[in-house]
Amino acid sequence: MALSKLAANSFDLTDNYALTGTVTGVVSTQKLFLIKNLDASSSSTLSFVDGSDSVDLDNTYKTYYFKFINIHASGSSGDLVFQGNSAGGSGFNETITSSVFQSAHSEDDSTNAEIGYTASADQAQGTGFQIISATVGNGNDECVSGEMWLFNPSSTTFVKHFTVRTNVYHPSDISVERWTAGYFNTTSAIDEIQFKLSAGNMDSGRIALYGIK
Amino acid sequence: MATASTSLSKIKANSLNLAGTYGFSGTVTGFDDTPLVLLSTFTSDGSDATASFTSGIDSTYKEYMFVFNNIHPQTDYATLLFNGSTDGGSNYNVTKTTTFFQAYHDEGDSATTLDYTTTTDLAQSTAFQNLGYGLGNDNDENASGILKLYNPSSTTHVKHFVSRINMNEYSGFSVDYNVAGYLNTTSAIDAIQFKMSSGEIQGGTIDLFGVV
Repeated sequence: MALSKLAANSFDLTDNYALTGTVTGVVSTQKLFLIKNLDASSSSTLSFVDGSDSVDLDNTYKTYYFKFINIHASGSSGDLVFQGNSAGGSGFNETITSSVFQSAHSEDDSTNAEIGYTASADQAQGTGFQIISATVGNGNDECVSGEMWLFNPSSTTFVKHFTVRTNVYHPSDISVERWTAGYFNTTSAIDEIQFKLSAGNMDSGRIALYGIK
Repeated sequence: MATASTSLSKIKANSLNLAGTYGFSGTVTGFDDTPLVLLSTFTSDGSDATASFTSGIDSTYKEYMFVFNNIHPQTDYATLLFNGSTDGGSNYNVTKTTTFFQAYHDEGDSATTLDYTTTTDLAQSTAFQNLGYGLGNDNDENASGILKLYNPSSTTHVKHFVSRINMNEYSGFSVDYNVAGYLNTTSAIDAIQFKMSSGEIQGGTIDLFGVV
């Protein structure tokens, strides 16, 4: 006679099981989701576009989190920069107001032990790409890493805030930490984000996009 | 003929065909490795005097993270405040020592700064901590950011926190507020409250996550 049901607690599951079917009915507590990894390979840009290449950058999540891991420059050295594009818009040219400050310290301990506002990197209702790092060296071991938060980009009521923190191995052998924050001054939803270097390509490295529900 | 009862203690690996669809009504444990667990969400109903988290802050997690999205005030030039409680939210008056610095830049490109703000830090004070001030109440103005609270259930150590919140200041500034410090108590912190210095919270959400 086939068993139609096992009694509760009669089944020892203290082992490894590979479920090849579909499990339903389990309420997951997961709230942090990896949406997309983009790996640079002599890339001029890395773009996260809602609805393209399995990217959700809409109201699926309230909060978005980017990780920059070992972005390495080829050729010319440039700053890591980003911009957004509004839903239905064309071009990465949204209006941004931002503040930027940095601390720096050189490997030889002789110069640039400092913290200060970085007026050359901020924007006041600008539509250019927002600088979010100091210049990235293109030596083999030089790169930029860090993180960026983007809050509720799908809102059609509020401006969209972002905060960024990166650290760079500068071509002059300086560790430069850059803090950037600001907002897209638009009530249109932002559904595309693009990263690039202000000069040269991204030779290697990864930008990961996470969504938080 | 009576059959002797034999209980199965274990089914051998690969002896169970699970290639179907199963709906589990019980609790499945041991597999969920999410780094963030959503504990509760405050969603403004448009007229909230406070946003209080009075459950879920305990020894389950070593780190708790509050995520602010689009906090919108009733009153122009509002300050976002927070305090902790050791009695489940009956009183929000924990002693704190904190630091406070900000960077700002206005939309008119006329002013920038990076400075420490001595008027908004606390030195062994039980007052609410300023997390950012000058928030505007125009329809599109809001505050968004993160506050992390470390090991609030400790009965040995003080409880550290760090926050970074960006605001639309009422007169057209983007302000990056960075606040850190500790709740100077060895009692467990089991509730947190946020509010505006004046007026209500009239929009936005605050999510409380446990960080695994």
